[in-house]
Amino acid sequence: MDTIQSILNAMMREALSPGTAAVAIAVIGLNIHFGFTGLLNIGQSAFMLLGAYGMGIAVWHGLPFVVGILLGFGAAFVFALILGVPTLKLRGDYLAIVTISAAEIIRYVGRSSLLTDFTGSAQGIPGSQYRDPFTNLSFFGGGSFTLLPFNYLDVADGAAWVRIIGWLLALASIAALVYLLRSGDRFSGVARNGLVVLLVFWSLFLLLFLFPVANQRTGVNGWWVRFIAWTLVLLCCFITYLLVRSPWGRLLRGIREDEDAIRSLGKNVFAIKMQALIIGGLFGALGGMVYVLPASVQPDSMGRSLTFFCYTALLLGGAATIFGPVLGSVLFFAGRIFIQTASQAYVPNSILTDQKTAQFSYIVVGIALMLLVIFRPQGILGNKRELRFDV
Amino acid sequence: MLLAPLLLLLGSPPASAVDTLCLPGPDKACIAGTLRTDEGVLPDVTLTITDESGATQEVTTSETGKWNIQVDKEGPYVVKLDEKTLPDGLVVDTGEVTVQAKFGATLPALLTVRTEDYNASTSKWDEFLQSSVNGLRLGLLLALASVGLSLIYGTTGLSNFAHAEQVTLGGMLGYWLIGKHGMGIWIGGLLVVLLSALTGYAQDRGLWQPLRRRGLGLTQMMIVTIGLSLAMQYTYQLLVGARTVRVEQENPSVTEIGPVTITNQSLVAMAISIVVLAVVGFALLRTRIGRATRAVSDNPALASASGIDTDKVIRLVWTVAMGLAGLSGLLYALVTNGIKWDSGMQILLLLFAAVTLGGLGTAFGALIGALIIGLVVELSPVFGMPGDFKYATALLILILLLLVRPQGLLGKPQRVG
Repeated sequence: MDTIQSILNAMMREALSPGTAAVAIAVIGLNIHFGFTGLLNIGQSAFMLLGAYGMGIAVWHGLPFVVGILLGFGAAFVFALILGVPTLKLRGDYLAIVTISAAEIIRYVGRSSLLTDFTGSAQGIPGSQYRDPFTNLSFFGGGSFTLLPFNYLDVADGAAWVRIIGWLLALASIAALVYLLRSGDRFSGVARNGLVVLLVFWSLFLLLFLFPVANQRTGVNGWWVRFIAWTLVLLCCFITYLLVRSPWGRLLRGIREDEDAIRSLGKNVFAIKMQALIIGGLFGALGGMVYVLPASVQPDSMGRSLTFFCYTALLLGGAATIFGPVLGSVLFFAGRIFIQTASQAYVPNSILTDQKTAQFSYIVVGIALMLLVIFRPQGILGNKRELRFDV
Repeated sequence: MLLAPLLLLLGSPPASAVDTLCLPGPDKACIAGTLRTDEGVLPDVTLTITDESGATQEVTTSETGKWNIQVDKEGPYVVKLDEKTLPDGLVVDTGEVTVQAKFGATLPALLTVRTEDYNASTSKWDEFLQSSVNGLRLGLLLALASVGLSLIYGTTGLSNFAHAEQVTLGGMLGYWLIGKHGMGIWIGGLLVVLLSALTGYAQDRGLWQPLRRRGLGLTQMMIVTIGLSLAMQYTYQLLVGARTVRVEQENPSVTEIGPVTITNQSLVAMAISIVVLAVVGFALLRTRIGRATRAVSDNPALASASGIDTDKVIRLVWTVAMGLAGLSGLLYALVTNGIKWDSGMQILLLLFAAVTLGGLGTAFGALIGALIIGLVVELSPVFGMPGDFKYATALLILILLLLVRPQGLLGKPQRVG
């Protein structure tokens, strides 16, 4: 029981971490590229890295925090233009090859010792050099705080039956939530939306009741950065919602389904693709900035693997949906921690030593990505008809 | 980075000045370097470090020529070599250098010293020749893998991101059979190629053909290859670890041809590549199955309608392509002295650059593209590109080429979109 509780606690900590929120934001951007427009961008990590560098370098060199953020967005904007101009008129795989190559170029340049004064080369920029303006904004105060001070230990001393009933309830309410989100056409209106919001809060309450998370109020990795990160995630979801239900959003889907049809309607397909690439890239840059706030700007931590994780999260949650990226990222990171900690706890060391469980979890991630695409391309929330496209 | 001096500290006997460790902190910065000539490291040399206000500190290089110093102010520091403490017969090229100290970081300070008779500038021409040979060698190895990549793209339309892991597989199998279990290099090498080819056959049979039958889109299949590549990379890391492993333990013997120095292994590897590429080229041009492959590559539907068994051709292409990738990986591991779990991933982008440069789907285009990319990578430092950027140069060329000639050098012009 205690092992299970500790595994679930670890999953909860990872699910709420600012890193997960940051990747969720980047995945929302990737969703605009891949899910809605059908652009195969395999360089989302470069957008993240550019955002992080823009902010990190500017603040490190004494510029105001706001200027840093703008610089990060500016870098991602220019990068999207450079990638888009040669490739958006060509077949989809050219964009794939060029984005992954360009992402590598950015990483090589970041690692280069010639630019040590700006990028800190392979060692990167330590978080202490740019984090302060952000932490100083905090109005959360000092000390630490447990989210939901009232938790399972307060009911019958956290007996096994309390927890098991709680886990079942949490599972049931999450399943109900997923069902509600998937059945968009059948129920609609205020009642459904109200029910969704209610269920979200109820599930969150249950989860936090069962797996209390303690953290510093401000600190390096405390509630302040988490609060901002998850607020940004919600904000990005809302922006995406507004974007994709606009006439412009319908054009995106049109381009995904049949580019020539949209062109024959007299629309400038190239310009719309470019706009989608830029907007998704800006989300990526924002994700990168959030990603490095509790950590450091390390070029190698934002390489190809991160892009691949973004794809796994996107396809897991459901491409071309609003909440798919968020659900996917949370499940992805929590699931990876589950595989790692569960194999640490239950697989004997003679078969898999503890140091190797991380690698094992990444192998499972790779295989999961393959199986997802083959057997359930729509992920959890998506609609299968929307993912038949071919670039 | 930080561990290296520590390990030296553990390994070396007590000496006049031992390596010490400098850890940068939130209000501490480190300046460090190694003092060496072309012949070896220089112990017991005194350096003075002066800060902005003129306060000086002294530091003496350790037995391994290393020195470092911790400073507690940010800003410019002048590191100056005390020439009186240098051994005789040395010339100082750079005796003074200014470093901008930053908290939380170790800053390198490069001071260069050479022996009197050392001629630092080997002639540009010699350097050019040496790099060209290295470039040709890299190009040939890339060609082995990229021909297969291009053929797969041509016959199935799939950009296989897991191709690079097949290259790594060749090296890893080589390490396992030859390096670890002492198999002879020729027999072991042959076995590596056969096993690699077998993985190609099995992959097509077990994975790609069923997916084609299901009618999975190419975009989705491309993501499947990404998942496969991720799983394979971490499998290598799980089984072999993150270290570099070598196929052969002895250091290879070297041949000098004029100004060019090259290992005998490299010469043999280049010869094998040329022979194999020639055989593949001949088969594509002259044999029945080769013609069928080119027909499928040109237009699968038409080829199928004219009675060509496309599934059989594609199966053969996968088998041969993976065999070639395995051979490429084995040779790569031999000539570059080892292979790592992510070695393949490092050259994947070069492979894609080569294939796109030559024209997606054309086997001979891939060959030419690979040679160009190999030469560009090795020659760019000669023409003044910093060494860190040599891979970036190749990728930059790819992006520039797409602007002017998106179909590649040998590709058919075909405007899509």
